[in-house]
Amino acid sequence: MNRILVLLASLLMSAVSARADDATLKAGVFDPPRAAPDFALPGSNGTELKLSAYRGKVVLLGFGFTSCAAVCPITLGTLAQVHKKLGAQANELQVVYITVDPERDDEARLKKYLTAFNPTFVGGTGTDAQLAAVRKDFGIAAEKVAGPDGSYTHSSFIYLIDREGGLRALMPFGHLADDYVHDVRVLLATP
Amino acid sequence: MKMARLKMAGMLAIPFIAAVMGVVVWAALTPVQFASREEVFEIPKGTWARRMSGDKVEILPSQIRLTLGVHDVLLLRNLDDVPQVFGPTIMMPGQSFRLPFEVASSYSFACTAHLSGQMIIVVDPQPLSPWARLSWRTATLWNAVT
Repeated sequence: MNRILVLLASLLMSAVSARADDATLKAGVFDPPRAAPDFALPGSNGTELKLSAYRGKVVLLGFGFTSCAAVCPITLGTLAQVHKKLGAQANELQVVYITVDPERDDEARLKKYLTAFNPTFVGGTGTDAQLAAVRKDFGIAAEKVAGPDGSYTHSSFIYLIDREGGLRALMPFGHLADDYVHDVRVLLATP
Repeated sequence: MKMARLKMAGMLAIPFIAAVMGVVVWAALTPVQFASREEVFEIPKGTWARRMSGDKVEILPSQIRLTLGVHDVLLLRNLDDVPQVFGPTIMMPGQSFRLPFEVASSYSFACTAHLSGQMIIVVDPQPLSPWARLSWRTATLWNAVT
């Protein structure tokens, strides 16, 4: 009987501590987390990009485009710093960046652009319809701005997806690399 | 007679002024604290149905003002039966989204739920000095009244 009580108490404590971990994230936390919608897109690494292929790793998922002058270079620069600061733990992290500009961003262009930040970053492109479906699943806003340079306004946050594919949190634009490092470590430590 | 009235007025004014001064001193010196630091916004059940019937339902204001150390956590809840774009993201039925802020700044989110397509969150610094506390409480009272 005592063993059962101890077991129940430890289960309760572990549930509380898992919740406490979420509460300590620097990012915005979803409660309860839902499964991150899967997708299959042409990937910048020459293979099909499937989110589910990265189960076991923490995924940082963002949306943008290679001609972005304001937001994307800063975000990707920050994520490159995160990768560096994580050291050996970076092997358990995957950055995935989906374009909102399929007209210009083919696989080769995405690869060249992302490699400049970090060679492990993977990009996804596709048809307008494919990408619109992915954006809808993730609640991403993207709209082409009228003008000659074909720019886009788009959601600028990064999703944090845990090892089991749970959509756990959302980091707004502007957070420093240390905040990401903190949260990635929390997610990596969560079984 | 006139002197007596003046004397009476003076006697009434002294405690009134003392009370006002007391409130001002309290407002300036007492740290601003609440039981919860969350600013909660909820999508009520039936919102989607109301929207479908043509009712223009606005849940989130286009600008939200938070204060560090006081109300610096945005908590969104979707109590409706369908997924909703709420603030910066999409939320499933029964799901909540808790976003803490640690830096005073102005944050802009793409938000298709707003006509402008944007939601702005202004996070003010923590009111630490007596003057800042007094200003914060005055502004909060003013906003509540107006």
